[in-house]
Amino acid sequence: MANNDHGHGEHPSFFQEGGKGLMSWVYTLDHKRIGLMYLVSVLVMFGVGGVMALLVRLELFSPGKTFLTAHQYNQVFTLHGAIMVFLFIIPAVPAALGNFVLPLLLGTKDVAFPRLNIFSFYIYVMGAIIAIAAIVMGGVDTGWTFYTPYSVGSSGKVIWMVFGVFVLGFSSILTGLNFIATTHKLRAPGMTWSRMPLFCWGIYATSLIQVLATPVLAITLLMLIIERAWGVGIFDPAKGGDAVLFQHFFWFYSHPAVYIMILPGMAIISEIIPTFSKKAIFGYKAIGMSSVAIAIIGFLVWGHHMFVSGQSAFASMVFSFLTFLVAIPSGIKVFNWTATMYKGSITFETPMLYALAFLFLFTIGGLTGIFLGALSVNVHLTDTYFVVAHFHYVMMGGTVIAFYGGVHYWWPKMTGRMYNEKLARLACLLVFIGFNVTFLTQFVLGSKGMPRRYYDYLPEFQTLHQVSTVGSWILGLGFLIMVGYLLASLKVGAVAPANPWGGLTLEWQTSSPPPLHNFEKQPNTKIGPYDYGVPLPPKKPGTLEGAVHGTSS
Amino acid sequence: MAQAVDELKHKHDEHPWFFHHHFTDVDQQFDTAKLGMWTFLATEILMFGGLFVGYAIMFSMHPEAFHAGHHHLNVNLGVINTAVLIFSSLTMALAVRAAQTSNKRGIIINLLITIACAFGFLVVKYFEYSHKIHEGLLPGVYYSFHEYVPHIEMYFALYFMMTGLHGIHVTVGIGLLIWILLNALKGKYNSAYYTQVELVGLYWHLVDLIWIYLFPLLYLVS
Repeated sequence: MANNDHGHGEHPSFFQEGGKGLMSWVYTLDHKRIGLMYLVSVLVMFGVGGVMALLVRLELFSPGKTFLTAHQYNQVFTLHGAIMVFLFIIPAVPAALGNFVLPLLLGTKDVAFPRLNIFSFYIYVMGAIIAIAAIVMGGVDTGWTFYTPYSVGSSGKVIWMVFGVFVLGFSSILTGLNFIATTHKLRAPGMTWSRMPLFCWGIYATSLIQVLATPVLAITLLMLIIERAWGVGIFDPAKGGDAVLFQHFFWFYSHPAVYIMILPGMAIISEIIPTFSKKAIFGYKAIGMSSVAIAIIGFLVWGHHMFVSGQSAFASMVFSFLTFLVAIPSGIKVFNWTATMYKGSITFETPMLYALAFLFLFTIGGLTGIFLGALSVNVHLTDTYFVVAHFHYVMMGGTVIAFYGGVHYWWPKMTGRMYNEKLARLACLLVFIGFNVTFLTQFVLGSKGMPRRYYDYLPEFQTLHQVSTVGSWILGLGFLIMVGYLLASLKVGAVAPANPWGGLTLEWQTSSPPPLHNFEKQPNTKIGPYDYGVPLPPKKPGTLEGAVHGTSS
Repeated sequence: MAQAVDELKHKHDEHPWFFHHHFTDVDQQFDTAKLGMWTFLATEILMFGGLFVGYAIMFSMHPEAFHAGHHHLNVNLGVINTAVLIFSSLTMALAVRAAQTSNKRGIIINLLITIACAFGFLVVKYFEYSHKIHEGLLPGVYYSFHEYVPHIEMYFALYFMMTGLHGIHVTVGIGLLIWILLNALKGKYNSAYYTQVELVGLYWHLVDLIWIYLFPLLYLVS
């Protein structure tokens, strides 16, 4: 840890203060640097997973073989899923943006356990290397869910891939543990639970799931490894085991994991919307508590992935009912965000555009989830492109869009530079259009009976598949432009002010990028995070410097 | 020069060696560490929880296999190991108490007994394992048990996975105990700072507690 406590002069940013060169990053304990290292890693993984997605779509451009064999196709979609889920989307918001922003929002110098933090980053890197080794050595063709019995008998490098995911799980657990302790114990003086920005509530709820669900995945994967390596038979009916038991175990983690993915996305939206509406968030408590409610209900609905697995009809009914319950806290959030914008003075900078795209896409994703949660409709739609489209509307239209909203929102804070706003809006538009072209068609495909994960299809599906593939190109172009202007901003971007958007939360009350210890003085929150238009309390020594209320930036 | 040394000394007094500067004070640091450890213990319980659920399901599917399987375990050895672990929990608690009262000798003696118990546990476990492997009861590719009992493999799959994962935790525990023992020998722990002893103690109690559930489930099931 850098112990040089400067008590004088102007603070240089953490880029300068923490030292220069590779080693200053390798050995860093600074949550901001660790967050940025995560950010670079997950963006690279998003690129790799994205290329896999483009390959899948390209192969589906025509029925039969376009350019991949069926086996290669199975590998490519498995790797797309596994990389996107375990290496990108789970760590994307909490570990990358959360690491950077959470301590700033809480007004503290660092996370509770900085050494554990860097350790969890290296575990992530190790897990990524093992998972990529599995790909290089021959790939995996089981799908990202590793269902038994196929995963036990498949010829791919399942053990390596599963072990990689096992290792990644520990990174996720340790990050969650760190954030729970940080949120409980390290909030700035004056920041009560009800003055905590909603991003922190979202990350807190996420961390709870990470800590409570991931260990179950760990033991499940361990059992799968043992099963595959020694054939003990716990998932093998011939030896008295139960293949569906794997599905129960897997979804006991992986359904809550879906909320590990979406809750942080919702958390970002809860920050962006009040900032760009210049209005106090509507229903602060409802939004915060609905995050916790989603986290709790999320543990009770895993069976809705298994309606056709042969579980009892009664179990399916219960799971279906509980699944519908998730719609309540989700609906609460959507209505509260919308109500926040009502009569606000809204400006449409890029982060806000992403937030609006999120609202639109997440709502479609959520509503189609009700179709899938209904038992009778589910039998028709299960294992079709409808599920693929629903999943992507929630995960990509929801989380990924929110993640890029967050990246654009905090980019000036993280890098100290502004990006090209016009190009950013163009990219956002392309992503939005491309996304809908790609996945809206898949709802139609699925409802007409196109099964998911198939290499080949009937000629009548070709037009829709081609539309979807063209959509994926528009989407790809949007992201390519984004890479371009974000990289360019590092060199030629205008220097970012401390508070480019006129936000009230604590991260905007320190310089961009922040100094090593985040704040010049220990911040002391006298007002709520979204009290726009509320007059400042009389200034006393120790209050925030330059806290901005109202619309000026 | 003298002034600089004074300043340094003053700074040192403000921040004891164990204090990390991102905390407000020592108490906050202690509370945070403890919360972190409790959270970690929750993850451990859920990890074992997967195996316990697996046990419950397999037991309900094949109760007769579990009855037959438990006859192959030596209850006496199980009782000895249970007693050894419970006793080690006591000495661990005494070590924490000794740290709180700045009793260096007490920490060291109690930690040594705890470590000895942990090794004793593993030695007994080693004899149990080798006996069963010799009988061909290790499930999977090495399975060569001569008597036919339907699905008895399920019982032994769970036996080896549950006690194996627990054994790994005991081994990790030994490493942690040795680490705090070395620190105790250096005189790092006293009433002002005993966080590490306390946290390792919490971990050790959990390892014992899990065994207390494993013992009846595996050895006494009938």
